[in-house]
Order: sequence, then structure tokens, then C-alpha cells
Amino acid sequence: MSAHTSMGLDNRKMAFWAFIGSECLLFGSLISTYLVYKGKSVVGPYPPEILNIPFTSVSTFDLLMSSLMMVLALAAVQRGDLKWGKIWLFSTALLGLVFLGGQVLEFTEFVHKGLTIGTNLFGCTFFVLTGTHGAHVTVGVLWLLTLWVRALQGKLGRANAMTVEITGLYWHFVDVVWIVIFTVVYLIQ
Amino acid sequence: MSAEPGATERHAHPTAGVYLRVAAALVILTVLEVGVFYVPAFRVVLVPVLLVLSAAKFTLVVMFYMHLKDDNKFFTFLFGAPLVIAVGVMVALLFLFLGALTLKGAAGAG
Repeated sequence: MSAHTSMGLDNRKMAFWAFIGSECLLFGSLISTYLVYKGKSVVGPYPPEILNIPFTSVSTFDLLMSSLMMVLALAAVQRGDLKWGKIWLFSTALLGLVFLGGQVLEFTEFVHKGLTIGTNLFGCTFFVLTGTHGAHVTVGVLWLLTLWVRALQGKLGRANAMTVEITGLYWHFVDVVWIVIFTVVYLIQ
Repeated sequence: MSAEPGATERHAHPTAGVYLRVAAALVILTVLEVGVFYVPAFRVVLVPVLLVLSAAKFTLVVMFYMHLKDDNKFFTFLFGAPLVIAVGVMVALLFLFLGALTLKGAAGAG
């Protein structure tokens, strides 16, 4: 069931865009904090010693491809092709899980190399920023898996395309935040 | 005045072909980003080049995958206004902290 605003817009979609706007401010503040404290750590490990660009590039590729899967899932649900809708939804969640696995590996490696959230300013701002993003990816994966289960139960049809579109908005937002983090944190050292 | 429900939100989403072309562009831009990072000749212009490439990727996802290109402009406002504020806060904080350090350094040198 969906209701519309006096502007003729779906109220859930409008509310969700407002939520994404508020998320821009959240991540804007976290990225600002990272940038303000960049290069101010008085003890190591420092970013160039510890950041693994090839590994993170693969994670970035993975997340970009998950966004492609998500739009293909939406397109499939919109045309009533539930078989492919289920496949693309599961693929999106799977790629999200791969990204999270990569982040767990990265964090574990950093801790073994002596970088924790309390080591220095870089560790503190890095783990808070990328950890908050990882938490958002986790929520997205759970959301996608919930949709996938509903699709398996036959409860996700063409009439629910807006639900899939809103899930997609969240997932793509998580992707664009990573696009910024990859550049600001990993490539501009 | 109340509009017909859904009247202004009906819009044609891009086709699978468009989605695939956008994905290809995103991969190419990512390869360029990583490539530029490793080429010493780009050291001088690394930051602006990376920011432009990143902004291009950001725009492609928002316009085509989040459908802002064809969707109601009010959604663009709901997303764009906080984004502008976030970028403004970021720039202001960087000027406040890093600019203050630069001025302090210049005063010390002088």
C-alpha cells in the first residue's frame, strides 16, 4: 500500500530522500573530521605504511558491481520478472557480504600491524568513518536478504516495486559514500 | 489542490543497456583513479584529478542508478541541499583548522 503527498509523490520515497539528505550530513561530518586530523598523528602506523590500495580497489569494484545488480533487480521487479528479480537481489546481497568480508580482513590486518581505534588520530578517525560505513552496508545486506526471502515466499511482486526502489536508493547511497571514502582516505594520502 | 496520486512521479527508468554502460564507465573511472595514483608524473595534479574522477563517479550513480536524472526535481532538492551544506561545512572546517595553521606558520616565519 502506498500513499501520496499533495505533490503526487510517493510519501515513502520522499521521506527516504529526506533521510538520505540527513545521512549526507552525518557522513559529511565524519569525512570532515578525518580530513581535519589528517597528517596530525604523532605516532605510527601512518596511512602510507598500512593502507592496501590493490585490495581496496577490488572492494570498490565489488561495491560498484553490487549497485549494478541492484538496478537490474529493480528493473526485473518492475517488469514483473520475479525469477531474475530474486537472482539480482541475492547477487547484490552477496556482493555486499563480500565487501563486508574484505572490511573485516582489512581491520584485522590493521590491528595485527598495531593500528587500533586508540593508537593515533588516524586510527580513530579511520575506524569511525569506515566502521560507520560498514555498519550501513550491514544494514543494507540484511534489508536485501529480507526482500529476497519475501520474494522466495512469493510476497514480492510488481506491486512492491517501490519497496525495491527505496532499498535501491539506500544501497546506492552506501555506494556513493564509499566512492568518496575511497578517494579521500585511500587515494589522497 | 490535490494532484492525481502518482501523477508526477511516473517516469521511465533507464534500460538495462544504459545501466551496463554506466557500470562500464564506473569501472573505467575507478581504473583511471588507481592508475593515476601509481603514476609519479601525476603527483603534482593528483588531488584535483582524483577529486574530478570521484565526482564523476558520484554523479553517474546518483543520476542513473538513483534515477535523479529523470525523477521529480523535489528529490534532487532533498538530496542536493544537505549535500551542499555538508560540502560547505567540510570546506569551512578545513579553512578553519588548516588555514589557521598556515597563518600561524606564516606569522612565525615572518
